[in-house]
Amino acid sequence: MKEFKAILINELIKTMKRPRTYIGFGVITFVCLMLQAAFYKDGKEILSFVTQQFENVFNIEGRVLNGNLICFILLQTLIVQMPLLVALVTGDAVSGETASGTIRFLLTRPASRTKIVLAKWLAGLFYTLLLLIILGIMALVVSRFIFGEGDLMSLNSEGLTVISGDDINWRWGYAFLIAFLSLGVVASLGTFLSCILDNSITPIVSVMAIIIIFTIIGMFDLPSFDVIKPFLFTTHMISWKNLFEDPIPFQDILISIVVLAFHILLFISLSIFYFNRKDIQS
Amino acid sequence: MNTAICVREISKSFGNFSAVNQLSFTVQQGDIYGFLGPNGSGKSTTLRMMMGLIKPSAGDIEIFGTSLSLHRHSIMRKVGCIIEKPDFYGYMSALDNLKLFARANLLTYSPKQYQDLFHLVGLTGREKDKVKTYSHGMKQRLGLAQALIHDPELIILDEPNTGLDPQGIIDLRNLILQLNQERGKTILFSSHILTEVQQLCNRMVVINKGKSVVEGKVEELLSTESMHVRIELSQLDKAIESINQSTYRPKLVNIDDHLFRFKMSKQEIPELLRFFMDQQIDILRVDYRNELEEYFLKITTDQS
Repeated sequence: MKEFKAILINELIKTMKRPRTYIGFGVITFVCLMLQAAFYKDGKEILSFVTQQFENVFNIEGRVLNGNLICFILLQTLIVQMPLLVALVTGDAVSGETASGTIRFLLTRPASRTKIVLAKWLAGLFYTLLLLIILGIMALVVSRFIFGEGDLMSLNSEGLTVISGDDINWRWGYAFLIAFLSLGVVASLGTFLSCILDNSITPIVSVMAIIIIFTIIGMFDLPSFDVIKPFLFTTHMISWKNLFEDPIPFQDILISIVVLAFHILLFISLSIFYFNRKDIQS
Repeated sequence: MNTAICVREISKSFGNFSAVNQLSFTVQQGDIYGFLGPNGSGKSTTLRMMMGLIKPSAGDIEIFGTSLSLHRHSIMRKVGCIIEKPDFYGYMSALDNLKLFARANLLTYSPKQYQDLFHLVGLTGREKDKVKTYSHGMKQRLGLAQALIHDPELIILDEPNTGLDPQGIIDLRNLILQLNQERGKTILFSSHILTEVQQLCNRMVVINKGKSVVEGKVEELLSTESMHVRIELSQLDKAIESINQSTYRPKLVNIDDHLFRFKMSKQEIPELLRFFMDQQIDILRVDYRNELEEYFLKITTDQS
């Protein structure tokens, strides 16, 4: 345990000292500030255009353009881009060290390969968590500071749902937890591909390619795609949005959590299996 | 004397290519052991197998009497190494890199201990520089520091002179001798240059195409009793006639154009040269090698 703790600390230090790590933090901060500025300037116009279609049915009163809505929009936008930022760090975790040769020093220490790959995976999850914390601060805290609090009005396939501002904080908490689980799958996939491949770029590109292919499959309502969709992790990556429906489909959320957790377990098991058998020739 | 390393008939294949083929050798504790072979002979693959980076296809490796495949964890606490070129985290300082290695070995070093280590490898004053600003020679020195950080009993050095300037090579040689003689470290020193091994090692193995060619004490392998002498002479016919009528006839190995090859002890060479001068045969060139040098030249020439 002492040994594992030491390796894990080393991995966290390496993660935090790498300039690449801060690209993700910078991108999230910049995108949030950019969209917040745009909504501050043009948000009301856009919103009145969207709500126009409902005005014949009911009256909309109060502050619709509030911090909760901005956070919802930001989360919906960034959850698509964040896998790239996660892959940028986790896809390089093992393969980057193989390519640069530092893996030789790492593997000629007493620690087992299983401990090393687990430490790298946990460091990747820690980085993912940091990304989400920054997103949480920028998207929720800063947006509420700029736009104030209020009820969340969300549009989905069923129509318009309004969530009371008093009943929303716990939903955000669980939404970020599910988002963490979703990005945890990406981090685990990145770690796995990083164990298989020996250069830095291919695992990063491969993670994105897999996500793009799976997302495209998810977009089309074709019978042959419908069979495999429930098993694709990308299908469940957006299940955080279910928390903003009324009533909340807890059964669907639970299924998504199980599928995402299964994928994490699968990818990390494959990483350990493969890394323990790998010959280091670099 | 106890055995530090016992390599027993290890083999390693990559697809159809056999990199190491039933290689065996033994390193005793206290040895500076030369691991010699031309480029591509299987040295690095063997060292990687000894450090657990590559799994052998067959055979067994014991280090300090313990099987590497069964007890890698405890063995690695006693072994330090530089395998191939030393690579570090370039975005971190040399000191931060060493702190990572110290932590990975569960060591808590004081600032003074780090200073001593940097002093030992000749990097004092450059501790806080980022490794990406280091030259190859400086990285080699830092590589040595990481190999020594946990005070290992056995140090495996894979071509550590690569990239070092002449002074760096001398410093490294002195450091290896100091570690061996003053601190009792066993050292396995791999090289493709025979003179490096000759100057440092007490025992050695020569490998080629993944197989052991010769193993033994360096002084015995480099004996001057049986030297290969090559003499280029001007008058071919006169030289052949003179040799045939002399006592040197049995020592003549072959003639290639004007190049006469003899096998004799080092002490006999001046007499042979005097003989040709007495016969008024012009000597254009003389060179000589011992058995091992001759053999090593042959395998490296065959490769190129």
